[in-house]
This record gives sequence, structure tokens and C-alpha cells, in this order.
Amino acid sequence: MPLRLVPRTRPSRLAQYGAPVLALVFTVAFGFVLFLSIGRDPWAALHAYFVAPISSAFGLSELLLTALPLALIGLGLAIGFRANVWNIGAEGQLLLGAIGGGAVALALWGEGVPGTFVLVCLTGALAGMAWAAIPAFLKTRFNANEILTSLMLIYVADHLLSWLVHGALRNPQGFGFPESRLFSPEALMPILWPGTRLHIGWLLLPVAAVAIWFMSRHTLAGYRLRVSGLSPNAAAYAGFSQPQSVWISFLLTGALAGLVGAMEVAGPVGQLLPEISPGYGFAAIIVAFLGRLSPLGVVLAAHLLALILIGGENVQLLGVPIAVAQLFQGVLLVAVLASDVLVRYRIVRIGQLETDEAAA
Amino acid sequence: MTKRLTLAATALSLALGTGAMAQDEPLKIGFVYSSLIGDAGWTFMHDQGRLMLEEEFGDAIETAYVESIDGGADAERVIRQFVAQDFDLIFGTSFNHMNPMAKVAAQNPDIAFEHATGYTQADNLAIYHTRAYDSRYLVGMVAGAMGDSMGVVASYPIPEVLRGINAMTLGAREVNPDFTTKVVWISTWFDPGAERTAADAMLDQGVDVLAHFTDSPAVVQAAEDRGKFVVALGDMSQYGETAHLTALDYNWGPYYVERTRAVLDGTWETDNTWEGIAADLMTIAPFADSVPEDVREMVMVRKEEIRSGAFHPFQGPLVKQDGSIAVAEGEIPDDGMLLSMDFYVEGVEGSLP
Amino acid sequence: MIDGALIVAMLVAAMRTATPLIFAALGELIVEKAGCVNLGVEGMMLVGAVTGFAVGYTTGNFALAFAVGAIAGAVLSMIYGVLVLHLHVNQYAAGLALTIVGGGASAFWGQAWQGLNMRGMGPLEIPGLSALPTLGDLFSRLDAMVYLALLAAAAIAYVLTRTRLGLIIRAVGENHDSAHALGVSVIGVRYGAIAFGGAMAGIGGAYLSCVMTPLWIEGMTAGRGWIAVALVVFATWRPARLVLGAWLFGLVTIMQLHGQGFGLAVPSQILAMLPYLVTILVLVLISRDATRIRLNAPGSLGKPFQPTA
Repeated sequence: MPLRLVPRTRPSRLAQYGAPVLALVFTVAFGFVLFLSIGRDPWAALHAYFVAPISSAFGLSELLLTALPLALIGLGLAIGFRANVWNIGAEGQLLLGAIGGGAVALALWGEGVPGTFVLVCLTGALAGMAWAAIPAFLKTRFNANEILTSLMLIYVADHLLSWLVHGALRNPQGFGFPESRLFSPEALMPILWPGTRLHIGWLLLPVAAVAIWFMSRHTLAGYRLRVSGLSPNAAAYAGFSQPQSVWISFLLTGALAGLVGAMEVAGPVGQLLPEISPGYGFAAIIVAFLGRLSPLGVVLAAHLLALILIGGENVQLLGVPIAVAQLFQGVLLVAVLASDVLVRYRIVRIGQLETDEAAA
Repeated sequence: MTKRLTLAATALSLALGTGAMAQDEPLKIGFVYSSLIGDAGWTFMHDQGRLMLEEEFGDAIETAYVESIDGGADAERVIRQFVAQDFDLIFGTSFNHMNPMAKVAAQNPDIAFEHATGYTQADNLAIYHTRAYDSRYLVGMVAGAMGDSMGVVASYPIPEVLRGINAMTLGAREVNPDFTTKVVWISTWFDPGAERTAADAMLDQGVDVLAHFTDSPAVVQAAEDRGKFVVALGDMSQYGETAHLTALDYNWGPYYVERTRAVLDGTWETDNTWEGIAADLMTIAPFADSVPEDVREMVMVRKEEIRSGAFHPFQGPLVKQDGSIAVAEGEIPDDGMLLSMDFYVEGVEGSLP
Repeated sequence: MIDGALIVAMLVAAMRTATPLIFAALGELIVEKAGCVNLGVEGMMLVGAVTGFAVGYTTGNFALAFAVGAIAGAVLSMIYGVLVLHLHVNQYAAGLALTIVGGGASAFWGQAWQGLNMRGMGPLEIPGLSALPTLGDLFSRLDAMVYLALLAAAAIAYVLTRTRLGLIIRAVGENHDSAHALGVSVIGVRYGAIAFGGAMAGIGGAYLSCVMTPLWIEGMTAGRGWIAVALVVFATWRPARLVLGAWLFGLVTIMQLHGQGFGLAVPSQILAMLPYLVTILVLVLISRDATRIRLNAPGSLGKPFQPTA
């Protein structure tokens, strides 16, 4: 019985909610066998993955805190991906944001300027934008492949941060360790939820999500981006230039990634370190697609990914090796990505397809 | 056994002011690792210490660890997770766990925290670190006896690494005054391919002995392949039967045992431990067959002198690369100078990046 | 200080550094020529590295080790194949997910192989060549896989430009709808290309664990999969340029190491940035002329294929 996939004219509502559940059920079954095979209590492990992180105020706040960078960058990336602009280098833009924001925090260290953190965030966003402008410029001026240049710039940014933290921005009282001073209190993000690490930067998430939704639906810039993504020829015919989409996508994502970098160093980290991000910029690419490039979807996907990132740490406390945690995460991602097919396509038998078409 | 434990638990709860501790619950000890455990290197050696703990205390304790937590926002969350799950003693094994740990420690006065290699101390946050340069000096002596030059595969120019390079060079020059050291910085703690390539580059430039600060055994394999020597980081002799002259070895186990016993006995208090050979926190691996008897003897004599305090690897006269005097004849440098070391000694080639 | 012997040594080191990149990148080149971008090279290399080491260690037969590494890479690549070709998942997301799966799987099944030492595959003796003055040194220190990488590049160049198979692959990558209309099985060709890409990445990984550093440690590829992806575009999808690019990358890496050994006082991080900056620079130089890159870039690269009935 040969099966075929046929695109749905509109996404199925049932599948939209059912598919991720199906993927989760599959992954949980896989995880059950996996944890059993290494001699661990599968119920305890699954509990640690999916329940423990959200069953305490602390866990919940950490979930929101971890999802924030993924969601903000994912929102920016989704805009670009829709316009066929492939910024793979958000990780580098994040690091530049950390460097820029961190440099301001350190320059004003001990000065007691109220509201320094606002300046830190703004500088971070600008620094991320500037870093993103490099691949945008190389693409529009020299036609250099943006996937590659933005990817290469991640490594450059990483070494740049390392160089600064080992040198110019190193804590002079830090016994030569590669880390900056701890930022002064006025440079730190004020805490939103007392007793946790969740800071007021979180408030930017709903703002950014709504703004980006509004921009892509109701503004000319958003319309241009969507058209140039759907049909470059039509866009060119309408007088929309590809360079404009490239610039808008890169600058927007760069600003968001840079902001994330600044909020990480001025938020939960509180100083500049050689390692700022556990790969948020890469994970956000997966988030963008898990969220089907829609603002609401991206926000939800970011929280799912944050849940399994934190869960991966939790199961290690139960003696589950990190290799198993990583494998489980990989399988979950594959399952969720695969299940998406049910939303966009329906499965039909070949024979039935012909009857359908005859009827139509 | 049960009685001793009960007593210990009572003592602990008194000492730490936690009234509600269940009496036959094992003591829960958490470790935060900055990299993967792997089969050699920094985190591997810490994990050896953890395994020694399990062997020593059996059912009286329970240990857990989280791997690959390298700074950023993750470290604090993991430490808080240990706290949330009622761990009693938490070790952070890398310098970038220091500030997150200090933050959590301040909010949880009833839990004992210990942090390796850092400098921030508090009532419930102890610091422990090794004087690795003790052992580096000794392996340097072996290198000096077996060759005329050394190539070092180094990670980042922080004081810990500079102390090691300098100590090895000083040790080598004690037995071989014309000995020189070359350094290659590869900007990573772990990348077997890059470590191997850097080692090969040094061998191509004609060095006789290799040394490394990076985590994998790739440098040892390079020396073995090319018929040269290596002084390794941790005993990696299975990777170089003839090349592996000796190695410096971190021995975290006894320290972990001592601190755990202190918590069990209710006598734990904050401390700043910076010890080397004298406290058996550092040692060196067995010598290769090719190391002559007189060299072994000379090294063992120095080892005992370091242990007794009769000799200090950085005792004066200590001459910097540019010829200026860092420590005058007959003097011993203070810890502050050692902790912030930022120069090469005479005998190291090239300039500091 | 720099003499002939040292130059030879640097060339040997550069070619050894380049070899795993050449294998992995040649595989990715075929995948991209057929119209797909697989960002999961790193994961496939890791799986190839662990299985290659396991077989090399147990049997001592390196030909078998590379073969099994290739099979393992190809098997893993099928996850990407199914996701992209049948389930229409975005290629970039699928590739990233593959990186995570490959990293986890190799670490999980590689636990038993950690901490073991093996005698790596030695250099290949070619009668006559080793006797040459100075250059003989070079040839006597290269292993069979270095030559095989070059042969593979030549073979791929030949197949792509001179054979019917190459024409079909390029047709599928250029315009999958026309290819489909001509009766070519787009899905079939892409499956083949993706499996080939996985196999080559597996061989590249096995080179690391069987030749360069004959040991297995989780995560030992340390980002080389990403460099391989970069190389393909850097080479504008041409095998010969790909080999040159890999050698250039190797040479820049080696020269900065030697520069330090000779006391060049530049911060190590700035030196470590060099290969990436050079890649960007070269990329800009070769992309400036828009027609030249368009000649080689597959037209359907990265676009999903939906066969019409």
C-alpha cells in the first residue's frame, strides 16, 4: 500500500496540537528503553526531565530564564529565514553583544551611574548589530555567502572574547584568572521575580514577540521580507530589493542576539567570562524551525528546548551520563521535527489520491 | 557503623544548624565538572578523587556530578539544583565555578561549599588548590636529564600555566644549565587534533622533550611516534611506553576524603588550602625504564626537600627572561607573587603573548 | 633556522591536518551538488571516529576500520535523509539535530573505547618516491589516506563533469523539478548523495581516531565538521579548489604554530582567528564576480523538493 504525502491547503488544527504530543510520546518511549538499558529508573529519569524542572518556583524561573535567549534570537532568525536569508552566526552576534555590553559595564564600574544596565543592553544590541552587519555587507556588496561568513565570524568572536577576557578586560584584582570584575550592582539587570534569577529583561520577550508579529503582518517591511522569501522574482518585480531583506534580517537578528548577550552577562552571569553562551545561537536555529517560523511557535519551542536543556542537567544528578542526556535530546528534536510533517501534509494512499483528484 | 553514622549526622546537624536532617540518610556530595570526564586530564583526575570517596565511605555517602558546565549561566543553576536536592557538600572543580558558587553559598549558610583554584572565601565556602609547580619542577628535572630542549603545548597564558612552564624550565636547568623551552599556545584546553599538530610542530623544530597543559593524550602519542620524550599531565604511560618519562599527577582523593570526613564528623569549617607535595596533593608518576638511576635518585631527593620545605622551586635567585631578578638570592617568593605570575624565566624562548 | 627539512615537515603536517577536512568536505560537496545542505557533518564525523577506532583497535585492520566508519556515517546520515526528503523538514534544522544526535550517540556507545591506546596507521612506503632528495622525506611520511583523499577528489571531479551520473546529480541539484520531469528519481539521487556524504564524513572522522591521534575521546572532532561545511562553499563546489583550500587552511594553522615556536609575539587568540579571517577574505575575493559563483552553485540548494504526481 504505497503512501504519499500531499500538502494541506491549510495546516490541520488537530495535527498542530497532536503532532508534538505524538513526538513526545515517541521520545518518552525511546527514553524509557534507553534509561532502562543503562540500569536507571526510567520513571525517575523522565520525571527529572519533564516534571522536576517546572514543579518548583525555582525551576520555573530557570525555565523562563533559559528560554529567554532562545526565544529572542529565534524570533529574529525566523524573520530572516522566511525571507531566505540564512544567518547561522547568531552565536557570534550574541558574543559581541556580551563584549559590547560588558565593556560598558566595566568602563562605568564603581561609578554608581543609576540605570547603567540600560546602557549595557543598548550597547550590546548595537554591538550585535554591528557584527551582523559584516555578513550583510559582504553579502550585498560582494555576494559572499552569508551562511559561511556568519559561521566563520562565530569563531572570530569567540577568540576575540577570549583575548579580551585574558587581557584588556581582565579583573586587575583577579590573580590573572581569565574573567572580568563582577559588574557593579547598577549595571546588573534588576530582578523581576524576587528570590530567583529572572530579571526584567524577560519583559522584552512578549514585547518583541508582538512587535515582530505586527511587523511581519502589518508593515511594508514585513511584507517585503515575506514576499522576497516566497518568490524572489516577484519581489524583484515589485521593486523590493534582495539587499534590503538581507540588511533588515541581519540587523534585526543581530540586535536581538546582541541584546541577549548583554543580558546574559549583566543578568545571570554578572561578569565577562571566556564562555558566555552554551550555544544559544545554534539552539535558536532549531527553535526557529520547531516554532514553524511563527512568533508564537518560536516562543513555545524555546520553552520546550529550555526544558530539555535543564532536564539534561537534572538527570545527571541521578547518575545518567551526559552522553545519554545528549542522545535523548537529539532524539526528541528529531521526533519533533519529523512530526511536523503531519501538520503540513496529509498522508494518503496513491489510489485514493487519484480518486481525490478526479473528484476535484 | 550505624551508631557512628548517627552520631556523625547529629554532630553535623548541630554544627551546620540543620535540625531536621534524617538520621540514616547518606551524606550527599555534589561535583560540578567544567569539561567531560574523558579518560585523562583535569576533570578525569577530579573524578578519580570522587571515586576514591565512594570507595572510602561506601553507603555513608552518595555522590553525583554534572559534566561539561563551563561558566555562563549554567553553573549557578546546577549548583542551585544540588542545593534544591538537599546536597550537603558541593565541590566546584574549576575557576569559573567560583562566582556562581559564592552567590549560592551566601544564600545557603547551612551547606558546605568548596571551590577549586579560586580566591573567594566565605564562612561556608572553602578554597582548595594544588601547588602543581612542585611536581612540574620535578618532571622538569627529568626532562633536563634526558634532553636539551623542551616544547610545551599550552592552553592560555594564565598564572597557573606560567608557573608550570617556569617551574619545568627551572627544574630542567638545574640539571642541564643550557636547557631551553619553547611554548606554543593553542587557545583551547581540549582539541586532540590541534594538540597533536602543535606537538608535531615542536618536534619538527627539534625539541627533545614535550610537555603539555592540555587534556588529551595526543601529545604523548606524538612523542612516542617520533621516538622523543614527554613529561605528561596525569599518568598517560599507556599511550607512550618508551616516550612517557614521568608525569605530574594531581591527587585530589585524600583532600576530598579529609573534607568529607570533616562534614561527617561535624568539624568542617572554611579553609584556604594551597598545598602540593608536602600534603600529598601533588605527586609524580612512576619513571620510565629509560630514566637512569642517578636521575631518579636526584629527583626523589629534591622531592623530599620540597616536602620538608628545605627547597622551594621558585627560591631565589630567580632570573626573569629579560635578565632582571624576580626573587633575590636566599629569598622565597610570597604566595601573592606566585598567584599573579606573569613572566617567563630565563631559558624560556619567545615572548609572552 | 628554516631549512628544507622543516619546510617538508610543515607540508606534511599541513596535509595531515587537511586530510580529514578533505574527506568530509568532498562528501558534503556531493550532497550540496545534489541540492541539499547537511550541517550535521560534525555528528557524522564523530560516529565515524568512534566506530573506526573500535574496529581498528579490535582488528588492527585499518582498511576495515575506514570501511566501518564510512558505513556508520552513512547510516547516521539516513536520519537526515528521511527528515529532509520524506518529511520535508528544513535542511538546516535537520542538520543541526543530526549534530546533536551524532554527538550523543558517539559518546554513548564510545564509553567502552575511551582510555585505550592503539598504534595508528603508519606512513605508506612508495618505492622510488622516498629515495628522492628532500621531497623523499615528504613522501616517506605521508599515509595512504592522504593520497586516497586526493584520488577521491580527482574521481569526484571526473564523475561530476564527465559522466552521466555526474550530470544527473548536477541536474537534480540545479533544478529538481526539471530533473523530475525528465524521469530522474530526485529522491533516490539525493538519498545516494546524502549517504555518500555521511560515508565520507565517517572516513574523515576515522582518520582522526585511527591516524592523526589514534585514540577515541568524546567530542574529539572539536569543530572540524563545521570547517568542512565552510570549505565546500569556500571552494565554490569544485573538488580541486576544495583540496587547495583545505591545504591552505592546514598551512595557515601550521605556520602560526611554528611562528610561535620561533617566538612570534602575537596573542594566541589573534593567531587562532587567522584561518577564519583568511577564509572570509578568500570567500569575498572569489564571490566578488557574481557570475563565477553562480556557475557552480547548485540552483536548488537548500530548497525542499515536492514531487508532483
